[in-house]
Amino acid sequence: MALKQLPASKNTSFWQDPDKRSIIYQVFTLGTVLMIGYYLFSNVQANLERQSIATGFGFLDKEAAFEIGESMINYSAADTYTKALFVGILNTLKVSFIGIILTVFLGTVIGVARLSSNWLIAKAAAIYIEVLQDIPILLQLFLWYAIFYQFFPSPHQALNPVDGVFICNRGLVFGIPESHPAHTYMLIALLIAGIGIFFLRRWAGKRQAETGKIFPLFSVSLLLVILLPLAAWFAGGAPTAMNTPELRGFNFTGGLNVSPEFTALLMGLVLYTAAFVAEIVRAGIQSVNHGQTEAAMSIGLKQGKILNLVILPQALRVIIPPLTSQLLNLTKNSSLAVAIGFPDFVAVTNTTINQTGQAIEGIAMIMAVYLIISLSTSVYMNWYNQKSKLVER
Amino acid sequence: MKRSGKISVIAIIVLMLALPNLLIAGETLDSVKKKGFVTVGVNGSLFGFGQPDEKGAWKGLDVDTGRAIASAVFGDASKVKFIPLTAVQRFTALQSGEIDVLCRNATRTLSRDTAMGLNFATVNYYDGQGFMVSKKLGIKSAKELDGATICVLPGTTTEQNAADFFRSHGLKWKPVVIEQTSELAKAFFAGRCVCLTSDASQLAGTRAVSPNPDDYMILPDIISKEPLAPAVRHGDDQWRDIVDFAVLAMINAEELEITSQNVDDMLKSKNPKIQRFLGVTEGNGKSLGLDEKFAYNIIKQVGNYGEVFERNVGVNTPLGIERGLNALWTDGGLMYSPPFK
Repeated sequence: MALKQLPASKNTSFWQDPDKRSIIYQVFTLGTVLMIGYYLFSNVQANLERQSIATGFGFLDKEAAFEIGESMINYSAADTYTKALFVGILNTLKVSFIGIILTVFLGTVIGVARLSSNWLIAKAAAIYIEVLQDIPILLQLFLWYAIFYQFFPSPHQALNPVDGVFICNRGLVFGIPESHPAHTYMLIALLIAGIGIFFLRRWAGKRQAETGKIFPLFSVSLLLVILLPLAAWFAGGAPTAMNTPELRGFNFTGGLNVSPEFTALLMGLVLYTAAFVAEIVRAGIQSVNHGQTEAAMSIGLKQGKILNLVILPQALRVIIPPLTSQLLNLTKNSSLAVAIGFPDFVAVTNTTINQTGQAIEGIAMIMAVYLIISLSTSVYMNWYNQKSKLVER
Repeated sequence: MKRSGKISVIAIIVLMLALPNLLIAGETLDSVKKKGFVTVGVNGSLFGFGQPDEKGAWKGLDVDTGRAIASAVFGDASKVKFIPLTAVQRFTALQSGEIDVLCRNATRTLSRDTAMGLNFATVNYYDGQGFMVSKKLGIKSAKELDGATICVLPGTTTEQNAADFFRSHGLKWKPVVIEQTSELAKAFFAGRCVCLTSDASQLAGTRAVSPNPDDYMILPDIISKEPLAPAVRHGDDQWRDIVDFAVLAMINAEELEITSQNVDDMLKSKNPKIQRFLGVTEGNGKSLGLDEKFAYNIIKQVGNYGEVFERNVGVNTPLGIERGLNALWTDGGLMYSPPFK
């Protein structure tokens, strides 16, 4: 009360008003940052111009004139740098996306195993975590890659465990269905199943809230996901033709070839990051008071329901923020691909920089791409974190 | 390894961002004299061109070129510091001023000379891109490599040459691009690729240090012109002249039959060409802003081009490369020096 009675505005000098002072500080800080930024930018411009080094992004429209080992889209040396860089981005996204899914899965399994009451399983998980966390990831990548090219035979003596599947030092090669319009129908059917499940879930939740009846959501969803594409396959004429790999000349042609570089990178990233994720999952589960489990058991919930309805919702709140940063690490570490020859975005940009000599533009693009990927992952995980927060009533 | 590489590229860019007016025409010689040694960018892992031996002493044709420049500037071939650089780092390191001269088997091309802001001195090795395969394959020509997986170093003209070659012959291929030369060679020798492509001299160097050199052969096809030359920054003409004439002095010495052994006797020669060249008749050194004895110092301490070639890559070394294009013009090669007068 006493504070409020002070004559705040009239006699206080400009400097003694904390609000005005903080505005001045902020304007000053912003101004300094902008000035430093301008100085750096103009200095680079001047330096580059004096050394007559080309600047700008004009090179993007020129012919790239180099090949890329693996690409998800059609690419040849006659395409532009823009397309080459796009191939690189897709490769980075591919390894990060598959890596993130496998990491979360493997990390959860190991994290739970670490808490197992079975001594052997718990200790094995603990050793896994300690060993893989402590070896630098670059060494692990070299190791996995070396294992691939040192221990697997050449294509002519390729291991052939199952008909149509070959393992050799050029990678894992297996048959895939010959392309057919029916596959497109199957994809559409899968999409429809997904949308159907979404609405089914809402309806089931509402019904349970009103009547208390539980709908067998999981089994019905599973049925939808399997049956709808299957029906589409039959409707499309049930094609069975396979595109099987065949040894022709130096390499296999046909089928799908998963390269040693991709596999080594994926394995390295997943096994390394999973060790960290396992610790996060363990910490999350341990953060839930054991009394919660006992309470759930006392009202007669089954083991699976206890995990799904009581433990996980509470553990997730602890797990998600550190998990996000681990998944971002995985994405960023994928840039080590260049060391073992996987053509990710950094590798493609490196070649581009060297051919055009425009290092600053190249590095700027690398930073922008990783920033965008990281921020999008972050945004999604924050949204999920909000969703899994404890609802307080 | 790669991490440090990437960090250094970024560090170089930060340097470029931060240092005001670091590089002004004519200043390289002054700054070199001030710090007391020449900083030379070299390969670091290429036998015969730039690699430390088992005792840690730098050896190679490019290394000796760097030493020749140091002899010209300081009269002392040891006043030189070698910085190993990857193919990707090398031009950025030169542009940013981290090194004074790049002697790292770099091919002179139009875009490097212009858009990258570099200047190339006289070629110190005429090379061409070739292919190395296992003898077991029984391949006679690169045109039989349809569908092959090929190991390539990134960030070199090699990537582009190989793409051009296979495109023009309508052949399919698959590159495996690994940044470190040593890692790339390991993958190739373990059978990851059918073929390793690079400059023929590099292939010879890689083969020489492989576990079983006799199991591999270099195909006769040479698919590109690779004039390898020392490079300096654009805009400092004086420094460019010094690097240029350091290389030319070695070539000219061979032509005048001056070697590191007989150079002291040659000082007494009556031949006016030799007198001018060795600085007995003064003038050349002053024009370059160097000591009059600069050519004498190069030949005395490093040797003439023929000596340097034979010592590092010649037929009596594990590389066993013939002089070929790198012989003197008088012997049917391309090595030719303008007169020193």
